Amino acid sequence: MSYSISLTVNGDQRRVELDDPRVTLLDLLRERLDLTGTKKGCDRGQCGACTVLVDGRRVNSCLSLAVTLDGADITTIEGLADGDTLHPVQAAFIEHDGFQCGYCTPGQIMSAVGLISEGHAGEDPERVREGMSGNLCRCAAYHGITEAVIDATRRMAETSERKSA
Amino acid sequence: MNKMDTSFPTVINGPLHADRRHDSAHKHVAGSADYIDDMPEPSGMLHAAIGMTDRAHAIITSMDLSAVESAPGVVAVLTAKDFPVNDVSSAHKHDEPVLTDKLVEFHGQPAFVVIAETRAAARQAARRARIEYEDLPAILSVAEAKAAGGKFVTEPLTLKRGDADTALAQAPKRIKGQMEVGGQEHFYLEGHISIAIPGEDDEMTIWASTQHPSEIQHMVAHVLEVPSNAVTVFVRRMGGGFGGKETQGNQFAAIAAVAARKLKRAIKIRLDRDEDMTATGKRHDFVIDYDLGFDEDGRIHGVKAEFAARCGFSADLSGPVTDRALFHVDNAYFYPHVEVKSLPLKTNTVSNTAFRGFGGPQGCVGAERFMEEIAYALGKDPLDVRMANFYGEPGSDRVLTPYHQTVEDNIMPRLVAELAEKTDYRKRREEIIAFNKSSRVIRKGIALTPVKFGISFTMTAFNQAGALVHVYQDGSIHLNHGGTEMGQGLYTKVAQVIADCFQVDLDRVKITATTTGKVPNTSATAASSGTDLNGMAAYDAARQIKERLVAFAADKWKVPEADVEFLPNRVRVGTDIIPFPDFINQAYFARIQLSAAGFYKTPEIHWNRATGQGRPFYYFSYGASVSEVSVDTLTGEYIVNRADVLHDVGHSLNPAIDKGQVEGGFIQGMGWLTTEELWWDGKGRLRTHAPSTYKIPLASDKPEIFNVELAEWSVNKLPTIGRSKAVGEPPLVLPISVVEAISMAVASVADYRQCPRIDTPTTPERVLMAIERLKTA
Ligand code: FES
Ligand code: FES
Repeated sequence: MSYSISLTVNGDQRRVELDDPRVTLLDLLRERLDLTGTKKGCDRGQCGACTVLVDGRRVNSCLSLAVTLDGADITTIEGLADGDTLHPVQAAFIEHDGFQCGYCTPGQIMSAVGLISEGHAGEDPERVREGMSGNLCRCAAYHGITEAVIDATRRMAETSERKSA
Repeated sequence: MNKMDTSFPTVINGPLHADRRHDSAHKHVAGSADYIDDMPEPSGMLHAAIGMTDRAHAIITSMDLSAVESAPGVVAVLTAKDFPVNDVSSAHKHDEPVLTDKLVEFHGQPAFVVIAETRAAARQAARRARIEYEDLPAILSVAEAKAAGGKFVTEPLTLKRGDADTALAQAPKRIKGQMEVGGQEHFYLEGHISIAIPGEDDEMTIWASTQHPSEIQHMVAHVLEVPSNAVTVFVRRMGGGFGGKETQGNQFAAIAAVAARKLKRAIKIRLDRDEDMTATGKRHDFVIDYDLGFDEDGRIHGVKAEFAARCGFSADLSGPVTDRALFHVDNAYFYPHVEVKSLPLKTNTVSNTAFRGFGGPQGCVGAERFMEEIAYALGKDPLDVRMANFYGEPGSDRVLTPYHQTVEDNIMPRLVAELAEKTDYRKRREEIIAFNKSSRVIRKGIALTPVKFGISFTMTAFNQAGALVHVYQDGSIHLNHGGTEMGQGLYTKVAQVIADCFQVDLDRVKITATTTGKVPNTSATAASSGTDLNGMAAYDAARQIKERLVAFAADKWKVPEADVEFLPNRVRVGTDIIPFPDFINQAYFARIQLSAAGFYKTPEIHWNRATGQGRPFYYFSYGASVSEVSVDTLTGEYIVNRADVLHDVGHSLNPAIDKGQVEGGFIQGMGWLTTEELWWDGKGRLRTHAPSTYKIPLASDKPEIFNVELAEWSVNKLPTIGRSKAVGEPPLVLPISVVEAISMAVASVADYRQCPRIDTPTTPERVLMAIERLKTA
């Protein structure tokens, strides 16, 4: 049995044939669409390394089955930058040393983008840490990660104010 | 040639001792930094999955793999008999088979390997095996091992100085006690992975997530029965290592290589998270028995202690790990008479291995418990007991370690005094004692603990490194060295060394994947030594090239050699200023060799294990932290309100990276000591084999206030690279202050008259049990 779905991935329209309904979005991205920026840390929804945005909301791609995503709009770490210009969250992670080995970083960044657009955490460090607690970092770069998220939140708010002004 | 060129900067971009971003920073945030599983796959590649046993100790009576072989997508199934050399023991004790077909020695030990078209097919097929066993009695813990007579996986060590028995007998006060110190799962976010690609004749190329490419090379050559020159190993970066990739990748590289040879196809093996957690070793847990003699001032007269470790079924690195525990049983303190012993016990559990600190942190935990015991026995502030026992100034009669090395670089008294002052330790302690008097449920605690950590591999031979530097005709530089990058920023630091030597901007230096083909016979990137060793080797390579360049310039421009100077991105020869690329181009046409292999070996170190004497460490790193916690005495739950760290990295090569290491080390150590509990059931099954049950620190576990500072005044007294000090491991020891602060909060329920003796990890359950124990005592 074969399933056919269509997705928007980082702005590109993709049609995918699936021979197995158990294929996860993570495996689809990494193994069939050559988007290896999204990482596999645990494959069971417990580490956050595989976080992507589905219709703007952050999800663990290792837990979502690709077949259920027909028509969805997916953003991965590869789709975040605007050409050569990094997304403010990406830039802030560099600025604040929000990583060491970098393996959790794509997931952290996607989760941060989701968190910021949810708008619950604002610039409160405690709420940011709470909001980011689904993303493990074994190198424990949490200090930099938190600072990066707060800084990016601030910068993005400023830009949108400037835009709407 | 311009005599006065103002377009050149006065300093290069990326010199030594400056904050520089991690070399892969941009790739990490863009998702374009390739880990091994992200690399394009060679055509025709197959995937391997391991088949695991499910007994802790048993004989395999039959193994029916027919259903595995007939499963969809399966290409081959390999067992022990496919491995003519079935041995990946890094300790060279032949006690670690790649696959077992008879004796099972721990729950999960791999027995067969499935090779299939996809990873999913291989993994699904592996579950279809039918294995029958005859059970044997399993020894799972230190206590059980001791009760059964205590078999060792490797030779124990004794360190002895003076006469501990007499000192204990004559000491005014004496305490005996026991402490359990738990193990730790590495949980590198990127699990173990290897790709083997067969080449011409007997050649094999391996990409492995490893801290020790040379050992992977030797192991693969060993199992393939080919010389080392047939095997080339590569690693560009790891998604974390922490010691877990020092020897534990051998088995998987060996599996991939043997399968690749047999099937003449590339093979990838990547473990699933719970397989990785079940089948690879962890930090050693210890049971420490101690006997302390001291006086009313809290000064130690004599110490006797036994460090019994659960080593698992094989030796692996247990010898050097348990040795290093003893090397740190003094931490920062002088013991006039001392006798300490290691017991590296064999158990039917996975073979424990290296983990950041390599036994050292467990030794330090013991030492700090000694101080705490004495403080509670005397009703003193534990900090006063610590200060009374610190090693003395160089030249005093309190400078000899239990292994007879003299402590020559002691900065602990200054460092601790500064930290205590900066954090208001004394005043806060008073306030907390006052607070606890009136607070019924929430109790607070504060503690200041130090760390002194010995730097060098205790195996003297490992303290060597190589590097390869090429300068190309256009002035761009290629750098390779034996160290591996796992997030610690080693590549960046060594590149800074090269940029600084040639006085060129950092982006002119290209850092390339570590490979056995460029720099041979390397040591593991471990023991915090990566920068010390590889930085110096790279420096040596650059020095050779520079000497040739200076001689060339002096000859060509007819100036004394002293008149040739490397300035930022240019070279001054007499009064001429030449841009670096032009200068290099001219050197090329003058047929100057622009490539060099550098080498370094740490001077002055030696160690005689038989006598327990020597100078195993080149120098010591120092640090201290103050932690404050609040404990809910009804539930045992706690939060870390504040932690302050002052840490010594000598003259830092890159303060931003070093600070990150200190922060990360603190949090990782805090996880080890507080929440990370490894739990095996009665059948020897690890039940905490996923992040849902094994609790590593989250963003929300970071101390509410967390101040980390480097001791900026510190300079390594010895000629290390840039007078810096190693940074990887020592910070892991800092959060012992968290444990002791929790202990103080608990002790408050019995008016601080009794040392709570909480084992680590100090889970809320253990904290609550200690509270109950103290309340009823
Ligand atoms: S890989 Fe998806 S949460 Fe860990
Ligand atoms: S940077 Fe290594 S796991 Fe987060």
